[in-house]
Amino acid sequence: MKLTVWTYEGPPHVGAMRVATGMTGLHYVLHAPQGDTYADLLFTMIERRNHRPPVTYTTFQARDLGADTAYLFKDAATAAYERFKPEAMIVGASCTAELIQDDPGGLAETLGLPIPAIPLELPSYQRKENFGADETFFQIVRHLAKPMEKTARVTANLIGPTGLGFRHRDDIVEVTGLLMDMGIEVNVVAPMPASPSEIAKMGQAHFNVLMYPETAETAARYMEREFGQPYTKTVPIGVGATRDFVAEVAKLAGIEPVLDESRLRLPWYSASVDSTYLTGKRVFLFGDGTHVAACARIARDEMGFEVVGMGCYNREQARMLRSVAKEFGVEPLITDDYLEVERRIEELAPELILGTQMERHIGKRLGIPCAVISAPVHVQDFPARYSPQMGIEGANVIFDTWVHPLVMGLEEHLLTMFREDFEFHDDAGASHHGHKAKPREIGALETAEPETDLAQSASVNTDAFEIVWLPAAEKELKKIPFFVRGKAKRNTETFASERGVSEISVDTLYEAKAHYAR
Amino acid sequence: MTEQFAPPPSRGCSNTPVLKQRGQHEVFCGLTGIIWLHRKMQDAFFLVVGSRTCAHLLQSAAGVMIFAEPRFATAILEETDLAGMADAQRELDRVVSELLARRPDIKQLFLVGSCPSEVIKLDLAKAAERMSAQFAPNVRVLSYSGSGIETTFTQGEDACLAAMVPVLPETDTRELLLVGALPDVVEEQAIGLLEAMGIGPIRVLPASRVNDEYGIGANTLYALTQPFLTDTHEALQRRGANHIAAPFPFGEEGTTQWLRTIADQFGVSDAKFAEVTEAPRARARKAVSQASEALKGKTVFFFPDSQLEIPLARFLTRECGMEAIEVGAPFIHKAVMTPDLNLLAEGPVIAEGQDVDKQLDRCRAAAPDLTVCGLGLANPLEADGLTTKWAIELVFTPVHFYEQAGDLAGLFSRPVRRRDLLKLEAAE
Repeated sequence: MKLTVWTYEGPPHVGAMRVATGMTGLHYVLHAPQGDTYADLLFTMIERRNHRPPVTYTTFQARDLGADTAYLFKDAATAAYERFKPEAMIVGASCTAELIQDDPGGLAETLGLPIPAIPLELPSYQRKENFGADETFFQIVRHLAKPMEKTARVTANLIGPTGLGFRHRDDIVEVTGLLMDMGIEVNVVAPMPASPSEIAKMGQAHFNVLMYPETAETAARYMEREFGQPYTKTVPIGVGATRDFVAEVAKLAGIEPVLDESRLRLPWYSASVDSTYLTGKRVFLFGDGTHVAACARIARDEMGFEVVGMGCYNREQARMLRSVAKEFGVEPLITDDYLEVERRIEELAPELILGTQMERHIGKRLGIPCAVISAPVHVQDFPARYSPQMGIEGANVIFDTWVHPLVMGLEEHLLTMFREDFEFHDDAGASHHGHKAKPREIGALETAEPETDLAQSASVNTDAFEIVWLPAAEKELKKIPFFVRGKAKRNTETFASERGVSEISVDTLYEAKAHYAR
Repeated sequence: MTEQFAPPPSRGCSNTPVLKQRGQHEVFCGLTGIIWLHRKMQDAFFLVVGSRTCAHLLQSAAGVMIFAEPRFATAILEETDLAGMADAQRELDRVVSELLARRPDIKQLFLVGSCPSEVIKLDLAKAAERMSAQFAPNVRVLSYSGSGIETTFTQGEDACLAAMVPVLPETDTRELLLVGALPDVVEEQAIGLLEAMGIGPIRVLPASRVNDEYGIGANTLYALTQPFLTDTHEALQRRGANHIAAPFPFGEEGTTQWLRTIADQFGVSDAKFAEVTEAPRARARKAVSQASEALKGKTVFFFPDSQLEIPLARFLTRECGMEAIEVGAPFIHKAVMTPDLNLLAEGPVIAEGQDVDKQLDRCRAAAPDLTVCGLGLANPLEADGLTTKWAIELVFTPVHFYEQAGDLAGLFSRPVRRRDLLKLEAAE
């Protein structure tokens, strides 16, 4: 039994729903109790889909359990076939139905439907949403796709996009464009928005572009083995990764790499003097392994940030992420415990969080800016505008998205210079964010209680001993602008503890500042 | 002033044959109620004993990720719990001890059963009893089921309140008990009106803190403020308390009848009643007539969802000038619903339970001007050209009593007005 406040991933049948909802002409018959239909709103509300997910739930109740629940499943599957006339069906159980062991796969077989009914075994008490999506897509490919003669021209499948995916809709457009510029045609994009009959043609592509390992790696390996289709290992998020991806694709296709950089703005925006203030900003990354690894590279190499920590919630990517973290010299955090992530962020006191919707809430609580880089995401992360993460435009979007939560460069200087000004002060917040500015009463700073907005109290426990902030030092710390105060506090405490200093004075604060000066 | 209402229909819907179909139910389970209950009971914590699906529902259903550490959580069952490799009761003790150590502010803990805990027959009542003894007097531990196999959406609140009734002490005092978790502002208005008539003492279930509780007995009179509290109603009956049956306090008419029925039990004179209610009634009438302008003569179709459908259909047909085509409710409890059914004129299909695909067929064929439905259906129906009001807002928004009557009408008229407002064609 595991105490859970918030979850990063839903149960595996929600992963199967993401595959089914992304596809067309496929129907999912899910043996599930009343109430599991809540999952529909993930798609209709959060993603704003204009149709119901193609899912029929048996919605059994307690009174059905005394009798025969198997007939409920058979009736639901038959009715779903007659009403929706899908090209293929996937059938399975949610967590509760798994316990009553009705065997949806076996039951569907006895119905003799004139379409393939693909059984899914998704262990709800061991695995989670990403596994569910990956396994479902793999089973669909395994049942419907066959080895075929390759197309005359070089073609590729794009695999991994699903319903409810973070920017999948726009990444498809971007990656299709990258391939087209190289003269490579897209054969099938799957699971979203392919139909079962399109899945059947996947074998004729020359190779696969694995866009999201979380949802399609098992299928990619299967197709490599069975259809002789190699797959790409680079996920083209960021400028460097997009260039690497183009080189990798060129090699697979046996052609010269071509990348149209005429619309690429990230490198210049990052080099322009206004971005100087981004230098060495301490960032913490958390999300799915793929997005975190890609974004860590962007953060360090393309934005000039300092990566102070990273982690992922999906254990399937733990090994990969550990090796990335090692290369960055930081401790990886592999957990799906929200409170543990919050604790780590509090400890590290980064100046920017790159995370999921959960980290946005952590950031809000701790007063740390946050930009979203990975699922799970909420309704505001399904924007109306074109907003990919991959390719050239993805890099541009990422620059804007990550810079937006921060206080602007010139404003940062003004805050530092006039930090006790009644308009330019800590509580005023970044001027381009839409909340009401709070003018400070003149003289308020002198009378203000110390430590009111410090995350912790004035004393901290390190491993060895307790460090106390003397009142004067604490007051001095408060004069440091809020967006660097966390870093200053942490640096000073580290400095003090390394030297066995138990009381932090104003001098300690400035000695630490000199020590860490760059 | 009562005569200003239209007379009750000669034939109401209380004897209308009810359409019952068995198919897919597109409804939430009772766990959803935790989202508003944990805000109402400020010293309570809700621990769902369930699966990852339960935890996922709680954070997805209402988009409630606004609390850094909420007063609810899920003890997720794992493979070892199911295979009997770990004693589930002992595991639960461990999780609860951890929780209570971290959150000493918790005074009452609800162990909430789910579909998987019901199916594996994990006895949470026994666990609650054991833990109550262990953690007394600091923490009271109760249990109820919010599982989808036993409860539909708002029935979770019902099950929770019903679980609180047996532990209330015994009393002989003649007291009025208002039953239902209402927003504070609404609760205060109701108490204010009743006290102004000289009625009291007034108690509320659920009390906002465990220490605010009171006794119950044969002299207790209780009125339900929500139509889904049928198990609580039965639990109170078992304690010998007396039910004041009335239409539910939605809109000017519902509120007036609800108050009048209670006032009668406490011997309030007509003059006093009129004195207290006249001004807010006039305000409510004015607000409803303005807010319902866009609704007059329009048709409405209810999918079963919050269990508020029948009282709201009564409000929309009698006070907002709408015509009901179908009124679907997850279940219909006659003892509680009859006063409202009597006022709802014969005509609409009254449906209990659901086969969502067949109901969608009927809805599309009827092409109502407004469809009241759950979140899973709203956008797909909008995309089909229908105007919808998503029903979960009705349990999250203050809508009861006089001062909210206009807001209630506004919840229904806003989508209608919005559709008229949006103009995307070229100007030519």
